[in-house]
Amino acid sequence: MEILVCVKRVPDTAENEIELNAEGNDIERDDLVYSVNEWDNYAVEEAIQMVDKHGGSVTVVTVGDEESEEVLRREMAMGAEKGILLSDDAFEGSDGKGVAAILKAAVEKGSYDLIMTGAQADEGYAQVGGMLAAMLDYPYASLVNSIEVGDGKLKVGREVEGGNIEMNEIELPCVLSIQTGINEPRYVGIRGIRKVASVEIPAMGASDLGIDAGSVGEDAAKVRRIDYFVPEMGEGAEMLEGSTDEIIDKLIELLKSKGGIK
Amino acid sequence: MAQIFAYILHSNGELDDSALELLAAAKKIDPDVDVTAIVTGSGIDDVCKKAAESFKTVWKIDSDALSYPNAEVVRKALLNMLPSDCFVLLPQDTFGMDLGPGLSVKMDSAFVGDVVDIEGVEGNTLKTIRQEFSGQVSTHVHCDVSAGAVINVRPGVFQPAEGQAGEVVDKSGEIGDVSAKRKFIEIQEAEVGEVDITKSEVLVSVGRGIEDEENLEMVFELAEAMGADVSCSRPIVDAKWLEKSRQVGTSGMTVKPKVYMALGISGSFQHMGGVKGNPFIVAINKNPKAPIFQVADVGVEADILEFVPELTEKIKEL
Repeated sequence: MEILVCVKRVPDTAENEIELNAEGNDIERDDLVYSVNEWDNYAVEEAIQMVDKHGGSVTVVTVGDEESEEVLRREMAMGAEKGILLSDDAFEGSDGKGVAAILKAAVEKGSYDLIMTGAQADEGYAQVGGMLAAMLDYPYASLVNSIEVGDGKLKVGREVEGGNIEMNEIELPCVLSIQTGINEPRYVGIRGIRKVASVEIPAMGASDLGIDAGSVGEDAAKVRRIDYFVPEMGEGAEMLEGSTDEIIDKLIELLKSKGGIK
Repeated sequence: MAQIFAYILHSNGELDDSALELLAAAKKIDPDVDVTAIVTGSGIDDVCKKAAESFKTVWKIDSDALSYPNAEVVRKALLNMLPSDCFVLLPQDTFGMDLGPGLSVKMDSAFVGDVVDIEGVEGNTLKTIRQEFSGQVSTHVHCDVSAGAVINVRPGVFQPAEGQAGEVVDKSGEIGDVSAKRKFIEIQEAEVGEVDITKSEVLVSVGRGIEDEENLEMVFELAEAMGADVSCSRPIVDAKWLEKSRQVGTSGMTVKPKVYMALGISGSFQHMGGVKGNPFIVAINKNPKAPIFQVADVGVEADILEFVPELTEKIKEL
């Protein structure tokens, strides 16, 4: 099975506190630590496990600048065979549909049975997988947390409300968005990264992909982020202050009065 | 002004909470608009009547093919009957995330996902508010709606609107071809674990801030000292440190405790969506900007790894 996994380089929110810059129109990006979007790691791991069992190969692809190459290498260190960087000045400022259109062109340059994305990324739209599927006219399932390979089709579980799982049968080729927890992504050490450090990663631009530069990027985007801001907060929590002992005493009193200590 | 449609989720003959939230969101797009509710399913007369208590028009789309809301089937049915350039509102839940992005491609309209507020429409521009980075910052997002839009609205953030009664229109005859390459098989119910946290009165809930599986022991010790049960947020289950039946959130369990103590939990809306019944919420987190402090009653800025053992000691001394 030939599998394409779409990944994205994002600021690592577990490592960073996100703050506004001095002008208040963007987040402070200078000190951010970037890594691969958490959901994408699960998608790549799942793809590798499927190929281990059923044969084929895994390709990882991303839309981004040269710095995005590092996340491709990281996923190749996990076991993806090939990486493709989709990079062009014309791609900058693309909205979800722009990114999906770029990916669609890349899909059509290859021959894939299955395309995976993470269920969502840093911006939280959860949109590119569903858009890509619709553009390709492939069936789509989001929030997938189990995959079983059948003949020309897959049996996939979707994580729905209440911890329940919605089982579906889906024809190949298809697009799946992968939910965290579907597997345990393998650890990638420095040595693994070094092994793939010199593997060539082809970069493709708008003309390579046959994309009309005016159909993607900022000018074509219907959805635009105008600014970042910190909203005026409501009252929020009453923050307990003082020494640790004082805080603990106050907290215990509160817990007792609310029935929190039996 | 373009027509606005709201897709109504329902189960066991009752409207989902999102129904009147979508109505509220629609009124923020256009206060004067008559919103059309779309109800799909099989044998849905009663649900349609309930929807017609709040929506001016209710489209009844009744078919065996729609007995379960498979997003691909619903999309095909909608494309066969929606006018061009309209607004479609969906909840940003597991169904809306399945349907919305693809629907916007097929309708050739714009898509905005996970909207938390709407400032209105100016000309062809819809002004929305979203959040990024797990709620740490907000953004103004403007959307060109000249060809319509699919808007996915975050559940639980819009105050349910009071609607006006209307009438049910049977659109079942217009479904057309809904053959799909994805077929729904069944729902597998969540397994019941060793502890039923949905019945717990006091929950000590642990998140990413616990850092290591070995550290969970201190959480269980605190819970034991308090007479509480242990629950958790999603990353703990993803790491397989605790069973799924202990996970609080929209993709886990919905709990209704009296006291909810969140340890090292950032407080994403997916997590808080599983905390109901207005409990007394205590949040302990080392990040003072964690969104949990916006919804908690009482907060402590501290590293749980240091704070929790000391708290446990003192409670044991009581």
